[in-house]
Amino acid sequence: MSAETIEKAIEKKPAEAFLSKRRKKLVTDPLVDENPITIQVLGICSALAVTTQLKPTLVMAISVIFVVAMSNFVISLMRNTIPARVRIIVQLAVVATLVTLVSEVLKAFAYDMYKELSVFVGLIITNCIVMGRLEAFALGNKPYDSVLDGLGSALGYSWIILTVAFFRELWGSGSVFGLPVFDTVSGLFGPDFKLATNGLMVSPVGAFIILGLIIWVQRTKTGYVEH
Amino acid sequence: MQQSNAYIITFSVILTVVLGLLLSGTAQILGPRQQEAIALDKKKQILGAVISGDEISAMTPQEVNQYYESHIGATVVDINGKEVTEKDGVAVSAENIDVAKNYKLPAEDRLYPVFIYHEEGDDSKVKSYILPLYGAGLWDAIWGYLALDTDMNTVGGITLAHAGETPGLGARITTPEVQARYSGKEIFNESGELVGVQMQKGEGKDYSSEPHKIDGMSGATITGTGVNNMVINYLGHYKAYIESKKSSQAVAAL
Repeated sequence: MSAETIEKAIEKKPAEAFLSKRRKKLVTDPLVDENPITIQVLGICSALAVTTQLKPTLVMAISVIFVVAMSNFVISLMRNTIPARVRIIVQLAVVATLVTLVSEVLKAFAYDMYKELSVFVGLIITNCIVMGRLEAFALGNKPYDSVLDGLGSALGYSWIILTVAFFRELWGSGSVFGLPVFDTVSGLFGPDFKLATNGLMVSPVGAFIILGLIIWVQRTKTGYVEH
Repeated sequence: MQQSNAYIITFSVILTVVLGLLLSGTAQILGPRQQEAIALDKKKQILGAVISGDEISAMTPQEVNQYYESHIGATVVDINGKEVTEKDGVAVSAENIDVAKNYKLPAEDRLYPVFIYHEEGDDSKVKSYILPLYGAGLWDAIWGYLALDTDMNTVGGITLAHAGETPGLGARITTPEVQARYSGKEIFNESGELVGVQMQKGEGKDYSSEPHKIDGMSGATITGTGVNNMVINYLGHYKAYIESKKSSQAVAAL
């Protein structure tokens, strides 16, 4: 088959550096220039839902990193055996398995988090970033490159939702990682001084506003224009 | 690259079996730990009705278990307030009763667990009676535990939880701020009728002089109504038990 001959031709070349320039780009590109949330506007659903507090957001980010990297790896390993006609189902099965694993582990070791994230861990399955990277990258690239690509996309997703969560928790609940920042700060100015929290930030609307602001700032800086 | 149907079917079968084994294996291995986590969570919720959430979150799982063992006793009653020790030949224990499952039965067939909060290691010195609650919120189930002081009238505290109320609105029932509003309220009115504690519409009013009303949650009136119904329903189901405790105390006081 033609696919095999191409693989062999590549193997004859000297081995590529463990972190060559091209591979670094795989990880760094999705952080800003190809960011899944701000540029491709994928994975918005969970970005809105779980970002009221930093702690669950961090757990969500770690889960997504694990799922995207691992599913990219597994699909890339199987890429030459997956029947083209059922590839979406195969991808879905692999992703769903990984997500269920994450959810089971959370349930056993971090039950409070499991309760708090509830349905959103399961919804990683439908996170467009996961399927998007499988279709666009893992099906046509080697396992190691695919893992890097997955890491890049997931990290791009993570830093955005963490930023959103930081501002939402700060302005909405007056705390950072559960530490009462507003109370501490207002305590410095005497007993009558009180910083008010904004209820809008706690509702999903707050995430839209912050996400919009992040996209605005980023696009001003990079000069990105949608085609 | 077009594969034969046989290849596709074989591939799918192998994939399904491998993934299925992986998942069932994980569920088997993690199962016991998950059961523990669920049991611990339930204990935390029960304790949450009588001690503050901060205190509970400061405890390690072992400490929670220990505190629970030494402070909480339990019994199971039926709708008539009679103690139940077995059902259909199987012994019942309050910890194992699934209130959600019982909720699906007609009220008179349900089993009603009661958790009794007492002085450390001494179950004759009762401090309060903790009654499980279960009902419907706006989107999904809500449940909780309500602690009644020994006068069987004053609410000592409440914990509320939900499956899917709106974050920031109805989901606020889980916050200490909302739950604290129940403390010190009374469930019987002056003429001895069971009226429960009713969350009012709107927020920011002072109900401190009204023993049966508490401030509502702005934007979450339907969840509030759900909580109200749940509280009055379950207090109604436990009414016989509550009355029996009341009268036995009246006798003891003589």
